[in-house]
Amino acid sequence: MFRWSDLTIRQKHIAWAWAFLAVPVLFYAVIRFYPTGNAILISFQDWNLLGSREWAGLDNYVKLFNDPEFWHVFRNTFVYLLLGTPISLVLSFVIAYHLDKLRFMHGFLRMLYFLPFMTSAVAMAWVWRWFYQPVPIGLFNNFLASFGIPQINFLNSTTNALPSVLAPAVWAGLGFQIIIFMAGLRAIPKSYYEAAKIDGVGWWTVLWEITIPLLKPTIVFIVVFSSIGFLRIFDHVFNMTTNNPGGPLNSTKPLVLMIYESAFSSFDMGYAAAQTVVLFVVLLAVSLLQLRILRDN
Amino acid sequence: MAFEKFRSLAFATATSLAALGATSAQAVEIEYWQYFFDARVTAMEQLIENFEAANPDITVKMTHFPYADYRTKVAAAIPAGEGPDVVQLFYGWLNDYVEAELIQPLPADSFPASKIDAEFFPMVQAMKEGDAYWALPTAVRSLALFYNERLLEEAGVEPPTTLDEMMQVAAATTKVDGAGNLTQVGMTAGMTAQDHHWWREGLVRQMGGEPYLNDYKTVNYNSDAGLKALEFYTNMFMGENPVTAIGFMDEPQAAFKAGRAAMHIDGSFRIGSLADIRGLKWGVTELPATADGVRSNYSSYWVNAITTKAEGEKYDAAVKFMEYVTSDEAMQIWLDVVGELPAKPSVGMTDENANDDVFGPFIRGLEYAHTTKFADESGQRQLMVEMIERIQLQGMAPAESLAVAAEAEQKLLDEYYAK
Repeated sequence: MFRWSDLTIRQKHIAWAWAFLAVPVLFYAVIRFYPTGNAILISFQDWNLLGSREWAGLDNYVKLFNDPEFWHVFRNTFVYLLLGTPISLVLSFVIAYHLDKLRFMHGFLRMLYFLPFMTSAVAMAWVWRWFYQPVPIGLFNNFLASFGIPQINFLNSTTNALPSVLAPAVWAGLGFQIIIFMAGLRAIPKSYYEAAKIDGVGWWTVLWEITIPLLKPTIVFIVVFSSIGFLRIFDHVFNMTTNNPGGPLNSTKPLVLMIYESAFSSFDMGYAAAQTVVLFVVLLAVSLLQLRILRDN
Repeated sequence: MAFEKFRSLAFATATSLAALGATSAQAVEIEYWQYFFDARVTAMEQLIENFEAANPDITVKMTHFPYADYRTKVAAAIPAGEGPDVVQLFYGWLNDYVEAELIQPLPADSFPASKIDAEFFPMVQAMKEGDAYWALPTAVRSLALFYNERLLEEAGVEPPTTLDEMMQVAAATTKVDGAGNLTQVGMTAGMTAQDHHWWREGLVRQMGGEPYLNDYKTVNYNSDAGLKALEFYTNMFMGENPVTAIGFMDEPQAAFKAGRAAMHIDGSFRIGSLADIRGLKWGVTELPATADGVRSNYSSYWVNAITTKAEGEKYDAAVKFMEYVTSDEAMQIWLDVVGELPAKPSVGMTDENANDDVFGPFIRGLEYAHTTKFADESGQRQLMVEMIERIQLQGMAPAESLAVAAEAEQKLLDEYYAK
């Protein structure tokens, strides 16, 4: 028979360790791993949320592969990533770099930049949506019209819509990235700069040879963080195009929005799950790639 | 709440009676589920109160959910033996509910098909399979043309009765600024709102077409009539002097509410939200006819059905409740409280209702209304939206865009019915 007192101290330690570990392990198993596994399972099935699930083999993936909308959406998702990440990285670095040197109203300015990050994405998306409207209600177009400049179709255009949706998303994330960059800048030891000054090195060399290399961990963190953010972009797009989600003609639709629509307006759970698996694989690949870069460091 | 008190009283009375053994009547509690929409909940509370007064041995417990969660909760609850005995669902979901065995047919002795065929508006027959009805609505919705009285007066024009007149009124009420930017539209437009229904079941039929064949399983609008309907529609915003713009003031109903649109096609459910707009004087008229008087309208509805969970005495109580919520009295209450139209001509077409300034045009529209059997309403709407976008944003010829839309919709329908 099992008796607690028969265990060695080491075994007791292990038992206690597992008892405490069981809480997070169980938690992860139930709310992370089980749903993930289930989603992968559903991607091989047909299910409309109501009836029974039926095995569909690879049908959902075949359908996905042959769906031109999926490829369009896939491309959009990467456009969000490839435009959004570098733009927000450069902007936030430039702002943080200069804000760091500024003493006058430093705290106030920093707060102003951080403010959009604290605002609800939904409220922000709607305000920007109204900014973009044509005359007579759109702020930007009213401004243009009052100078006799022709209106710009911001949202109702297959070419302008994606950048128009991306702009507020970049703007909203800026505050956070600026704060991280400033923390990174402060962490660089002053002595390097002093040494550079004594040697009479120009500001460009200081920036290129000291600041940026020493900021690499910060940069990698921000790149990973914002890449995942842009790959999962949803709320800005959905709220700025609610009448015609991801439109016009799918030109702004990211993968997450397509998943949402397949699942909750077409009730095609299997198809949505297949898309989710693809998104999962993409996120995994991008993250692994970036972790590799981090390790090189 | 009054009915809460009443319910507990009724329940207490019934249970004490049962306990005394004075009668075999025991309180049966049935559950009713619907999605949350303020006026609908209020109306249902009234109906339940009346029903419980007439049937003291039955209590009805209403539960409502946000629309977004509705389907998931129903699907999870019923197979588990929980949830509603009587459930509300959109007519377009019927197939899914039947196939998932969530609902059962209404009993033929209480709901004889021949009687329902004769008494209800004909579009309700979409709920019939063989000789049995699966579900029945309390109320239905149709489309009509809302107009802004002030703007029409200002332009010196009368509400239109034909499509040509509508275009003239729209031209007279459209305003542009010096640069040619629209600042007020004669007509709202946008397939994202109700226009896709107007185009499908209204314009296409009015131009002599039949939008679908084979019980809505075959797309048939890629025809001369369909093209004529499409060109009529795109002409409103792509003609030489456009009377509207897609996305003007973001949403059609917003433009109308703000008094920047003279005319707007919308459903009867919009009445309630327009009633409270300060400074907006509006009227309603039937959807415009063609020059030779052809009219057509679209109608949709939510239905109630008995779930497979209801058995024994709960089933009997559920049948009684269904009888009540599809009665003339219930329909009148629904019209007065929610503004949705009675599903029976005998209630809707009373002189008072049919000649009502606001409800009248909608109710008269029901007589020539068609109900699209959607496989995936938002998916099918999206195809209409894109049909217009290809023409407007990519310069595709209307005929070509129409063909692309028809092909895509057929594919969607085939996939749905193949399951």
